[in-house]
Amino acid sequence: MNLVGNLFGSSIGRKILMAVTGLVLIGFVIGHLVGNLQVFSHPDKLNGYAHFLQSLGPALWFARIGLLVCVAIHIWAATVLTLESKRARGGQAYGVKTWIQATLASRYMRWTGYVVLAFIIYHLAHFTLGTAQSATYKTALPAYKMAQDYHVLGFTVVPAGTAVLDVHRMVILGFQPPLVAGFYLLAVGLLSLHLLHGMDSLFQTLGWRNSRWSKSLRNVVILACLAYFAGNAAIPGAVLTGKLSPESAAKSAPAAHH
Amino acid sequence: MVAASTLKTFSVTLRVWRQAGPAAAGAFVNYPAKDISPDMSFLEMLDVVNDELAAQGIEPIAFAHDCREGICGTCSCTINGKPHGPGKGVATCQTYMRSFSDGDTIVVEPFRARAFPVVKDLVTDRAAFDKIQQSGGFITARAGSAPDANALPIPKGDADLAMDAAQCIGCGACVAACKNASAMLFVSAKVGHLGLLPQGQAERDRRVLAMVNTMDTLGFGSCTNQYECSAACPKLISHDFIARMNRDYLTASLRSAFKPAPANTGGGAA
Repeated sequence: MNLVGNLFGSSIGRKILMAVTGLVLIGFVIGHLVGNLQVFSHPDKLNGYAHFLQSLGPALWFARIGLLVCVAIHIWAATVLTLESKRARGGQAYGVKTWIQATLASRYMRWTGYVVLAFIIYHLAHFTLGTAQSATYKTALPAYKMAQDYHVLGFTVVPAGTAVLDVHRMVILGFQPPLVAGFYLLAVGLLSLHLLHGMDSLFQTLGWRNSRWSKSLRNVVILACLAYFAGNAAIPGAVLTGKLSPESAAKSAPAAHH
Repeated sequence: MVAASTLKTFSVTLRVWRQAGPAAAGAFVNYPAKDISPDMSFLEMLDVVNDELAAQGIEPIAFAHDCREGICGTCSCTINGKPHGPGKGVATCQTYMRSFSDGDTIVVEPFRARAFPVVKDLVTDRAAFDKIQQSGGFITARAGSAPDANALPIPKGDADLAMDAAQCIGCGACVAACKNASAMLFVSAKVGHLGLLPQGQAERDRRVLAMVNTMDTLGFGSCTNQYECSAACPKLISHDFIARMNRDYLTASLRSAFKPAPANTGGGAA
């Protein structure tokens, strides 16, 4: 027996891999949302932030590859476990089978997972690679000139006057087709449902959950998922309702200097 | 003179899985169960139906049973889609007919899982659980005679928790209820029971690694944290033990990866 063999070869080991990669991805989607919410601020914010991330070079690729590896392990473990479990159930199905207490979110993990995967592929093609909706991709738009410095942890990372890619405008234009915004809303809704079971489950799989505090954990998870959905829905929602448009962005005052 | 019985009886229709043998194809067959007393247990009702079937020259329904007081784990049956029937925390033998109403159709099936092959009708072979137990569900050291009380101090909370786990009767309802046919609740009850007590510490790591390995080898599925198992368990064993086993398994894997191996160079019996 060895550690890596147990993690990849046993049922509990694969569950632990699901939980750990899930935890990393939860951390990513929350950080990603917080970064994206800068779209509601002056265009300097999102554009400066995007320019800063792109300037990280090798560190950016390290994070990207790490996330892709997590996604791959998560999907691989889910596939292997699902196939094993289907086999374990046996050839003869029950004539009648009732659910006793399984939550709704837990019953549709595979289906919500499929939609989230399809969404990730489209999302990368849309905003990262520019192969979908290429007419409004950041490189096809006029460059943006930073009105003020962009700071990270007090350091100026993008000085005023720098010409950067107009990510702020790309996001707004990208969500203007109702079909795109609608698919985004559906996907983040199902992702929130996926996280509702996943966030709760990872505590069980890593052995940190018990009935002394599982109800509190569940409530925190429900609140976190609702907040996550609300935050994500706000962006295409604001574009669809016209609250966020290229005109509104142009009118907004530059952020106060600090 | 004896007063006329005031007990009201009722009738139901049983829709029972009939399967002549392990390799035979099975099918549901309907049988009427007439004049059933609400105070009969589910198994007593099956006895009555079987008497009727035998009188008609029909092969009686084969079902597993032994103690009929909820402690042996022999009776099984998935009744209306739930292992051991509609009651909470009871086995089939302690499910009473008052749980049903006149005119009901009750669907009775064996516990289904690849690791529990059907022997005949409602009888399944649950020897897979014995194999898991044999791979680590014990303490190797000689137990000897009963030690002095409190010679080995055990916190009351740990002792009670170990007893919660020790209540497992190994019936297999957890596997039958799980959409993945996972044996995690059973294995975690056994691992948790011994792992909570001082006598179980010496073999704690070896036990969890071996029992989980056997569970995987025998073709049980994995846990998706839906907790259907603990809800169907006639002893209401908590899925908290599954979390405990997950932690034990991870810890044991880590420890076994870094523990020095003995060189076996010294004397002693070879």
